[in-house]
Amino acid sequence: MRKFLQDKEHLVRMAGLFLAGLGLFLVLRVLFVPKDFYQLGHFRTGALADNAAWAVAFAGRAACESCHPDVVTERKGSRHGAIACEACHGALAKHADDPASLKPTLPEARKLCLVCHLQDVAKPKTFKQVNPEEHMGAEPCTTCHKPHHPETA
Amino acid sequence: MQTDRREFLKSTGAFIVLTSAAALAWDSLVAGTPEAASTYKLHDHWWAFAVDIEKCIGCGNCVRACKAENNVPLEPYYFRTWVERYHVPRGDIERPEVDSPNGGYDGFPLRYQPGDGSKNFFVPKLCNHCSHSPCTQVCPVGATFESPDGAVLVDKTYCLGCRYCVQACPYGCRFIDPRTMTVDKCSLCYHRITKGLTTACCETCPTGARMLGDLKNPKDPMHEFLRNHKILVLKPQMATGAKLYYNGLDGSVR
Repeated sequence: MRKFLQDKEHLVRMAGLFLAGLGLFLVLRVLFVPKDFYQLGHFRTGALADNAAWAVAFAGRAACESCHPDVVTERKGSRHGAIACEACHGALAKHADDPASLKPTLPEARKLCLVCHLQDVAKPKTFKQVNPEEHMGAEPCTTCHKPHHPETA
Repeated sequence: MQTDRREFLKSTGAFIVLTSAAALAWDSLVAGTPEAASTYKLHDHWWAFAVDIEKCIGCGNCVRACKAENNVPLEPYYFRTWVERYHVPRGDIERPEVDSPNGGYDGFPLRYQPGDGSKNFFVPKLCNHCSHSPCTQVCPVGATFESPDGAVLVDKTYCLGCRYCVQACPYGCRFIDPRTMTVDKCSLCYHRITKGLTTACCETCPTGARMLGDLKNPKDPMHEFLRNHKILVLKPQMATGAKLYYNGLDGSVR
């Protein structure tokens, strides 16, 4: 052994240092890389659950319709029938969870209608658009149209 | 073979360090399998998104809904989704005029008059949820990744805020959240889609211009949409594997 190592001591020392470094790296790596890393890819598996844990703000149409069947009937066959309730009434998951905690406010009709129906050359040609001054002057839209069923006067 | 005290200590020391390191490394290899989710099966989904430009009216409902749902900062330069208005002067698709005041959050003020021979339309934008995403490839710490169900997500507890991904995204879909100084982007409403709900933007889009689809579900209407329309993705030459499919995408859109 002694003889074999003669004149090679510098190499052995370097190899020893390298191995010690590698060992240290492995130890630190185990200490600092979370247990659920690399299970599904180069990320923490727990990050999926973290992303999924966020609270929902929009309850979704099904939740609205389970309590308000009258509005479902009212909107049936309407041009607005396919629009989700919260598109106009806002995010109401809190209301769906506990109806008493948050009462939805009635949207201001004229302002709300024009969010979609204000004339703009960039809108699809088939989409109903109005120039409010020409179409209705200062009248509110609800004089002629029901928001839930705009075809019926 | 003779061993002196010095050599013995050396070799024994190295042996102990290496075995303990190997043992710890092995522990981490055999450590737990991925958590079993309650009802949502990670590998049964492959999410994609479609936008029908021919239906978009630029109302901004999606932008407002997204900010409300995901608590996105209200400043006019932080968006997970936004809407652009394109004004293409007579046949000149190389030089479109694009505006997006507050990302479309407040709607679009009247700006262009009909009859000047121009082409005008709205283009909603959001994360393309690429399957070969440049943004995830540059992350040095694995804080952003393509999840097995096809959404590109951010691990906020792991993000350093180094901004590499912000620069790598060819679609400009990422920003640094000023409150946490970590990156933020469209999560495809991961908290909603894993509960069986659609995204907040799809929920509130009044014209059905936006559509969330699960390509692993053979009954998903998305398949029919992709089959019946002429579909294009943004910047196909970049081979990002984008899963944001557009119908009616004009050549002027960047």
